[in-house]
Amino acid sequence: MEDIFKGIEPQVHKSQISVPYQWWAGQTASIFFITLRDEKKILGTECPQCSKVFCPPKKTCPFCYVDTKNWKEVGPKGKVITYTVVYRQLAALKKNIPVVFGLIQLEGSTNAMLHYIEEIEPEKISIGMEVEAVFADEKKASIHAISHFRPVQ
Amino acid sequence: MEAAIIGVGMTTIEKCKVGETYADMAWEAVNKALNDAGLGIEDIDNVITTSSDFWDGRTISCMAVGDASGVRYKNCSAVEGDGTFGAAYALARSLSGDYKTTLVTAHSKGSEGISSIITNAAFDPIYERGFGMDMISACAMQARAYMNATGTTSEQLALVSCKNHKNAKDNPYAQLPMDITVKDVLSSEMIADPLHKLDCSPVSDGSCAVIIANADFVKKIKAKPVWIKGVAFCSDAYFMGDRDLSKAKALEEAAKKAYSMAGITNPQKEINVAEIYDAFSYQELMWLEGLGLADYGKAGLMLEKGLFNRDGKLPVNPSGGLLSGHPVIAAGLYRIAEVVLQLRGEAGGRQVDAKRGVAHGVNGLCGQSHCVWVLDKEK
Repeated sequence: MEDIFKGIEPQVHKSQISVPYQWWAGQTASIFFITLRDEKKILGTECPQCSKVFCPPKKTCPFCYVDTKNWKEVGPKGKVITYTVVYRQLAALKKNIPVVFGLIQLEGSTNAMLHYIEEIEPEKISIGMEVEAVFADEKKASIHAISHFRPVQ
Repeated sequence: MEAAIIGVGMTTIEKCKVGETYADMAWEAVNKALNDAGLGIEDIDNVITTSSDFWDGRTISCMAVGDASGVRYKNCSAVEGDGTFGAAYALARSLSGDYKTTLVTAHSKGSEGISSIITNAAFDPIYERGFGMDMISACAMQARAYMNATGTTSEQLALVSCKNHKNAKDNPYAQLPMDITVKDVLSSEMIADPLHKLDCSPVSDGSCAVIIANADFVKKIKAKPVWIKGVAFCSDAYFMGDRDLSKAKALEEAAKKAYSMAGITNPQKEINVAEIYDAFSYQELMWLEGLGLADYGKAGLMLEKGLFNRDGKLPVNPSGGLLSGHPVIAAGLYRIAEVVLQLRGEAGGRQVDAKRGVAHGVNGLCGQSHCVWVLDKEK
């Protein structure tokens, strides 16, 4: 920088961008969420070509690039594909530490679902561990209709 | 390929450049690149800016940095993502024959935002965002998947951090030059198991600029060109649950294509230096395997043998890598600039003996998308 700017105390301007959004979940996620809320059933979508079942459900098959056609019930048991235990209260967290995130592949599903793993000491979790969905007490048409996953009891 | 990199410019990478705006940084990087190429802004006929609105706290951020990048009355286009992808766009323009000199800029002011909240917004709002995951926690899941699949240990991860922070001691641009031990890494704060604080790159400020020219233009100038021999990128699925997180399949594909363009059949023998996207310690090992510079699951062992040290057979991140300074968006462009300096023999204290090098950039969570550059001293 030029000398004329030397010795100037930099001023800091504090602000934020705050924009409310409302995201339309789409028909596929809507059916999935409503069924979670009203029937406590976990649904996946099935590809008519490769027969893979996706949960969280997808409207289209990413492998065959065609519309998925059928709904199939999956879970509520599944296995831990991978996980992490978060020990720092990172700004994005919604819960107090330690928070355990896992990718859970539900029985009958090809892909895995991101969710919380609870009701177990974090040190005892392992990849491949069998877990099951625990439904939330409060009725919600969202991914949070499942409260968390816990070891199969 | 008939194109070369004829100028590079980097600012120092710092925790917080409180005295400089994003535009001040870009101005510095662009002018350094122009000086390096021996050109004036009037010799640049088009510009690609790379930026990210959330990191900049400004929508349409690609246009705001235009003034500092000299775009006025010029053809300017933009890439939202890592600088390597912007540079690939610039290369395509050079090869089209319609442009002779393309300036690529990238900047990052990580100090001005909150990384955890910004990266949380990268997750799908319907299925995932509400859980509060961010880049560190997502990559921690990938680190565990990779370690579980390959048997790579926490000590091996820590060794990546020791090597890179040590390399940074000879890089005047690096943010975190340090002498640390494996024990220091393993006893640093566990942020998201298995990632300790010293397994993670810092949040940084910095800007980098690169000038790409076609072969006809290169003939007319005095600058020392570094030739572009192969460039490819490839993307995996968006949702982490749709991928095998323990493998870098998209990187394997990108590397294969880039090597094939460059006529490379045995990258472990034919590549002499690599600057790769080590946002986390485990990523250097995983990406080395994806790049074919290590056998799958063996990068940790090769590291222990010293093969990736600056005096090893294949020096990896002799600059200190992202672990020693991580200006998001600009980070990949810094990798290109570093390889260029290495191949020109102008890397100072961090210089290695290299004829051909690889630079690598990443876009998205857990390496969803990769861009691979093969650069050569000779045409």
